[in-house]
This record gives sequence, structure tokens and C-alpha cells, in this order.
Amino acid sequence: MKIHKYDTVIVGAGGAGMRAAIEATKRSRTAVLTKLYPTRSHTGAAQGGMAAALANVEEDNWEWHTFDTVKGGDYLVDQDAAEILAKEAIDSVLDLEKMGLPFNRTPNGTIDQRRFGGHSRNHGEAPVRRSCYAADRTGHMILQTLYQNCVKEGVEFFNEFYVLDQLITEVGGVKRSAGVVAYELATGEIHIFQAKAVIYASGGTGKFFKVTSNAHTLTGDGQAAVYRRGLPLEDMEFFQFHPTGIWRMGILLTEGARGEGGILRNKDGERFMEKYAPVMKDLASRDVVSRSIYTEIREGRGCGPEGDHVFLDLTHLPPEQLDAKLPDITEFARTYLGIEPYTDPIPIQPTAHYAMGGIPTNVQGEVLADNTTVVPGLYAAGEVACVSVHGANRLGTNSLLDINVFGKRAGIAAAEYSQTADFVELPENPESLVVEQIERLRSSTGNERVAELRRELQETMDANVMVFRTEQTIKTAVEKIAELRERYKNVAIQDKGKRFNTDLLEAVELGNLLDLAEVMAVSALARKESRGGHYREDYPNRDDVNFMRHTMAYREVGADGTETVRLDYKPVVQTRYQPMERKY
Amino acid sequence: MATPVLDKADAAGSPEPGFADSPYITVTFRIRRFNPEVSAEATWEDFQLEIDPKERVLDGLHKIKWDLDGTLTFRRSCAHGICGSDAMRINGKNRLACKTLIKDISPEKPITIEAIKGLTVLKDLVVDMEPFFQAYRDVMPFLITKDTNEPTRERLQSAEDRERFDDTTKCILCAACTTSCPVFWNDGQYFGPAAIVNAHRFIFDSRDEAGEQRLEILNDRDGVWRCRTTFNCTDACPRGIEVTKAIAEVKRALITRRY
Ligand SMILES: Cc1cc2nc3c(=O)[nH]c(=O)nc-3n(C[C@H](O)[C@H](O)[C@H](O)COP(=O)(O)OP(=O)(O)OC[C@H]3O[C@@H](n4cnc5c(N)ncnc54)[C@H](O)[C@@H]3O)c2cc1C
Ligand code: SF4
Ligand code: FES
Repeated sequence: MKIHKYDTVIVGAGGAGMRAAIEATKRSRTAVLTKLYPTRSHTGAAQGGMAAALANVEEDNWEWHTFDTVKGGDYLVDQDAAEILAKEAIDSVLDLEKMGLPFNRTPNGTIDQRRFGGHSRNHGEAPVRRSCYAADRTGHMILQTLYQNCVKEGVEFFNEFYVLDQLITEVGGVKRSAGVVAYELATGEIHIFQAKAVIYASGGTGKFFKVTSNAHTLTGDGQAAVYRRGLPLEDMEFFQFHPTGIWRMGILLTEGARGEGGILRNKDGERFMEKYAPVMKDLASRDVVSRSIYTEIREGRGCGPEGDHVFLDLTHLPPEQLDAKLPDITEFARTYLGIEPYTDPIPIQPTAHYAMGGIPTNVQGEVLADNTTVVPGLYAAGEVACVSVHGANRLGTNSLLDINVFGKRAGIAAAEYSQTADFVELPENPESLVVEQIERLRSSTGNERVAELRRELQETMDANVMVFRTEQTIKTAVEKIAELRERYKNVAIQDKGKRFNTDLLEAVELGNLLDLAEVMAVSALARKESRGGHYREDYPNRDDVNFMRHTMAYREVGADGTETVRLDYKPVVQTRYQPMERKY
Repeated sequence: MATPVLDKADAAGSPEPGFADSPYITVTFRIRRFNPEVSAEATWEDFQLEIDPKERVLDGLHKIKWDLDGTLTFRRSCAHGICGSDAMRINGKNRLACKTLIKDISPEKPITIEAIKGLTVLKDLVVDMEPFFQAYRDVMPFLITKDTNEPTRERLQSAEDRERFDDTTKCILCAACTTSCPVFWNDGQYFGPAAIVNAHRFIFDSRDEAGEQRLEILNDRDGVWRCRTTFNCTDACPRGIEVTKAIAEVKRALITRRY
């Protein structure tokens, strides 16, 4: 075991982690721990764009952007945070341009902008061009640009280090962050990183679904680490299902495709979104479009022999436009489906995409221990966190924005904190939980297989807590997850070695997915209303009287060692906007 | 040689299913195994599996790892050609396992899979990427400007100037090009195509003002002049970057000092 001491430790090197690192490295001795090489992070998969009311191509302002964010989130958004997001959007895009990001340009050389779902002029009048983009590779360019600037700033990375535990020490009755425990993939060695400030930027948790746009490595490790230490997770029932994933594979085809004029069609060739969202049509907010697709499928208007998908039609767009604006996604269709998007429509279905919920923070990125108390020295930003700027449903292009705005804020806040704070004493045997977990897995002779449990988990999540949910389906999921958690105790791995033991780490990641799936299902069961990404067929309306509040889920361990999820609620911050019915 | 067989029932339950209307076929994956914790020698091992030929090589590797042999080790993340984790030598050519469909690589014969060449193999298909990233860092891969006052708005760039370096912005640092290069195999000191591609991305960016410095770095004895224009890199690039052309443009810029 090795012990390291840094002022600031950042967990994750995606967009949020690297944006934070650029700030923190300038101000404090910083280490970035990441389970992937930084440029492998899933921010690189983002396609469509990053929202900011630059008004480069038409009239726009941050107040309209704030409104769209609040409305898109079905009013579960904390409005003070949304306002910060929309205001600071402009500088965060300009920051990236100055760091070298190659945005697409307008004829007069400024950053070009395009339409995206849910973004409108003047409070819903018509779609507005707000998304700054670099073809359909915006996330790739953000990830590369931030990595380039980390190289420039000399950011210290620990690549292929998996953070598996959060260390917390109580000082005078206050829980404080003392550091993290990491597992080094190359050697199997355990490392303790003592740090004055820790920032989680470890990304999403989509791999508990089967059809998903998320990478294999998005297993919610950060959320699970703090949850296991008694800290809450906020709004975990809210998950976004993106309307256009490649049929059965889940690979994303950006909403930018519809922003460029792409149309969704059912088996009769009908542009069905006209029925569901007369104004915004194909560019209505994602939850609305995903439900509309499944409604078409359920009512027998789906395409293909099994009627289980619909088409994304780009055939009316000029090939030059597709080549210039959507080169990657058209190539995905060719590579993985053998389809030529110039001439043939692309089969799509909704795909599990984005976790709106996560580790609760305030607008400085400080992690909350309950509705109001912060955990000194602990921060979170990006998809792992819940500020909450996305509420019940995130607007497209608002996450690349979120990681930049709140990554920067958390980086500055954490580094400033560590400039004045002292190190918190490490708990006794800080490595014990991780060592126990790993030894148990390595020595287990049980008869359960990781891959089998993961498959069953993904199948139950897809079947029961996806686009449509009911009390019955959620209960089925809760029971299945409980069964899988029980069976997980008997899971065994084949690789017993120390070197690059990805067999072992997949088992650890599965444990995280199971914990978080339980939180999601239990939170969803209790929310007896429909709002944004959480749609209950048995409670199809939004219920502001009883549920205009954030869910806060805590892990409780009973005297006999049984674990349960305890739910509490937190008020939503409302400033300018009163809840209205959401129409597109 | 072990030849475990995966039955159809398991394959059908896989998280990335193939397509219902296409038949499964039996393929042999012949994989170069190496684990110094077990043996100092690398060996070939055959695995047979039933798979939809429209699935990816990565799906096949997952079937092996998840259902047959958990010790098989490789890197991967995004599974759709975006993160650059899984470059490997498949039937003797560098490719991304997640972007290569079984049907496209003569599945009637055993499919050979080994680690990319020229970087130290650490376990099975995992190599030490450090020298590769070091060469990348050495070309100063970041925008350098000399203006003393930061502009308040974005720097302007015409669409044509933006287009000039578009091709080389696509790089995902997968190392497929560098590790297909015979010069790199013979001399690991050579910067390699990927580093030159990333230098090109800045040399030809109208906003950048350190082109001269980068060109000097690449003028070194381990720089661009080592390139023998074998085009292996261009063939290998999963992002379709014209790597050899980018190298030629850097060479020309060194001679003419115009870029
Ligand atoms: C296909 C796709 C397209 C998208 N398109 C858009 C778009 O156009 N616009 C938009 O706004 N949003 C988009 N999104 C959403 C957005 O890209 C993501 O929400 C965002 O990039 C997440 O960034 P992040 O930094 O929080 O996490 P990530 O980029 O996922 O990074 C997570 C980091 O954490 C590290 N990590 C994870 N676990 C551990 C651990 N245990 N120990 C150490 N390190 C760990 C990983 O190595 C990685 O570096 C898209 C998402 C997807 C999947
Ligand atoms: S140039 Fe192509 S092959 Fe080389 S590292 Fe970049 S993406 Fe990979
Ligand atoms: S797994 Fe990301 S490129 Fe293949």
C-alpha cells in the first residue's frame, strides 16, 4: 500500500474532471485519478453541441436559455443554478475557443450555432439556434482541447487508477472528506490519496441498462462510493432516454440530426411528432419524443417485422450537408447497420442516455450531507453530480455546458478551499473496505458469474424502469434487484492475478451498478407522479402539490446488517418561473 | 490448445444482441496470450464461438471474457470507435475491435488477434501506452498564441481556415497508425505518425503562432524525415485521416516554411 498527499484530488478525467483540473492545478498541488486514459472518457462520444446564448446567428439571451432549461426539466430544476448555467455558458464557450477548440464557423468567422431540442426563442415561440458545435464531434473536440490544455498546464494524472472508496472522518461531529482509496490496474496495488479537497467527476451510470448510449465503463463508481459512506443521492429516478439510438445497439445518433432537419417516421411514413408536439415537432424535449416513439410502437405503427422501432429519415437532406454536419453518425449507420443514410432511413429506438440525478451539490460544487449541510472538502461536478440544473429531464447540449461551467466552479472552489484548510486525519485502516472487497472477490468459490448477473440486471431495468413505468413494473425491478444483490454475494471471478485484472474490476463495477439500480428503483416507486424522464402510467400527470421536491436517498444499515434505501425530500429552488403545463 | 465452445443460448442473452433475422456462424478467434504472472512466454490460444457475423470483433472478445475465460484482458470503453481504447492487430492489420465487423474479416478462417506492435505488451492485448503519449506531449499539442491581451470574444476564423486542419482534428489517439509503421517498429525513438498528425493539427490552425517551434521539433533526427511513406498509417487509421498526406504537408512546410 502506498500513501500519497495532495492538496486537491480529482476523480475522473472526462470533461468535468479536466475542466476542474485546469483550474485546480494553477492554484494547488493537484492529482487527477482516472480509471481510463483521459482521452478515452465518454465526453468524447458527445456529438451535437454545447448550448450558449451567444446570439451569433440570431437574437438570443441567457434568460430565454434559463427558461428553456427550467421548463425542459419539468420545473424540478433549481432555478438559481439554471440561471448560473445559462449566464456562464457564454464565457465557458469562449474559454474553450481560446483554449483552441475548433468550432464550426459562420461566414463571418464567429462560432456557428444550430438548433437543438427544447431550446427556443422567447419562451417557447420557435426553435432557436443556440448550440455551438464542431460537426457531430463536439464532445470529442472538448475532450481533446481540455486534455491538450492539461498537458500545457502540466496536470499530474494517475491513469488507470480506480477510485473505490471515499474516506470520511468525523471532526467535532462534522463529516469531513479525508481522501480516497484507489486501485492501480497495472499492479493491483492499493493507494491511499490523502487530500484536503476531493472532487468527484466520474461520470454517469448508464450501464445498468441494456440498450444505452453509454460506454462499458460508465458504472457509477463515484455515486456508489459516497452513497456507501452514508451520503445521499439526489433524484436518481430521473434518467433520460434519448429518442434516437441505433436500433438494438443503443449507439447514439445526435439530436443534431433532427436539428439539421431530420424527421422521425412510423411504418406508414407518417411524421408522427406533428401529432404530439405541434410547434417543436421532432425537436420537442427528449422525454416527450421518446414516449411518442413508444406510443407509436405500442399502437402498432412501429417498423420492421417485429414493429419494434421507427425511422430517422435524413434522405431529404443534401448529401453535402450530411457530410459537413453529420459525418460521424452517418458513418455509424454505414458501419454498424450497413445502411446508406443518403438514400435509406435509419432504424432507431430510444436509448438510455443520461443520469439527471447524482451526488447532490450546491452551486459551488460542494457536496451535501443532507438538505443543507455541506461536507467540507468534498466536491462533485458533471454527470456524477446533481446541482440540479437538469431537474427531471436534461435539455440536449446542456450537459457539455454543465461539465464546463460546474467543472470550472468546482475546480476553483476546491483549490481555494485546500489553500486554507488543513489535512483531515485519515480514518484507522483506511484501506480496509477496499481490501476486504477485493479479497472476497478474489478468493470467492461461489457459483455466480458477473456477466450473467449483469445481463439479468440490464434486462430487468430495460423491461421495467425505462420509458414507461408502473407500480407493478417498478416492484418487479425492486424484487429482481434484491435477488441479484443476494446472488452477488456468491459471485466468483476467474482471474486471480494482480496485473491488469479487469475481471476483478468488472465484478466491482457490477456491485456499484446493483447498488445504484436499487436506489433508482426505490426512488421511482415512491414518486407517484409523472415528470420529465420519470413517466408513471398509473400516475400520468405531474403532481406539484405532493412531488415538487427532490428525492434524497440514503443507505441505511440495520442492526442485523440488512441494507435499505431511506428516502427523504428536498425543496426545489424557485425564483422567476412558476410551474406551467409543459407543451412543445 | 483449449477450444471451449459457447452455446447459442448464452450468446442470445448477450447485452449487445445481433439481429434476429441473421444466422449465427461459428468462428475461431486465435488470440495471442501473454501474462507474465503465469509464464514468460506468449502463446496462441483458440476460442470457438457462435456469433452473428454482423457483430463486432469486440463483441466476440466480450463473449470470450464473459462466458469462457475471464482472464482474457483487453482495453475498451465506448464500443463505437470514438475513445481509441481497443486498437489491436486483427488478421495482421491494425484496427479497432469495436469498429470491425466479423463478416468483413473472412470469418471462415481463424481470426488472429494480437496486441499492437512496437509498444511493450503488458498482458494479452494490453500494451504500455506511455511512450506513445510521450511523443504526443513532445510536439506541444496545444494552441499557442502570442497576443498579450486576451480577446474578449472568440478569435475569428474563416470557414476555409477552419477546414484547413479539419482532417487532423479527428484523431482519437488510438495508436493504430504509429504501431503499424515499420520505422517505429525498428526505432521506438521516432515520433511516429500520431504525434505528427497532432502537430499538423496546430501548425495549420490559423489561430496558432508556434508553428515554427513545432516544425523545429519535427526537424529532429527522430522527426518527420524518418517517414518512408509506406502508407501503413493511412490504411490503419480508423478515423479515415489521411495520415501520410498530413506528414507530407509537414515535410513541405519544413522546406518552404509556409503553412
Ligand atoms: C453518446 C453521447 C452523446 C452525447 N451528446 C451530448 C451533446 O451533444 N451535448 C451535451 O451537452 N451532452 C451530450 N452528452 C452528455 C455528455 O456528453 C455527458 O454527460 C458528459 O460528457 C459527462 O462528462 P463527465 O466529465 O461528467 O464524465 P465522463 O466524460 O464520462 O468522464 C468520467 C471520467 O471518470 C473516470 N472514472 C469513472 N469511474 C472512476 C473511478 N472509479 N475511478 C477513477 N476514475 C473514474 C473515467 O475514467 C472518466 O475519465 C452525450 C452523451 C453521450 C453518451
Ligand atoms: S491518426 Fe488515426 S490511427 Fe493515428 S492515432 Fe489518430 S486516430 Fe489513431
Ligand atoms: S472501445 Fe472505444 S474505440 Fe473501440
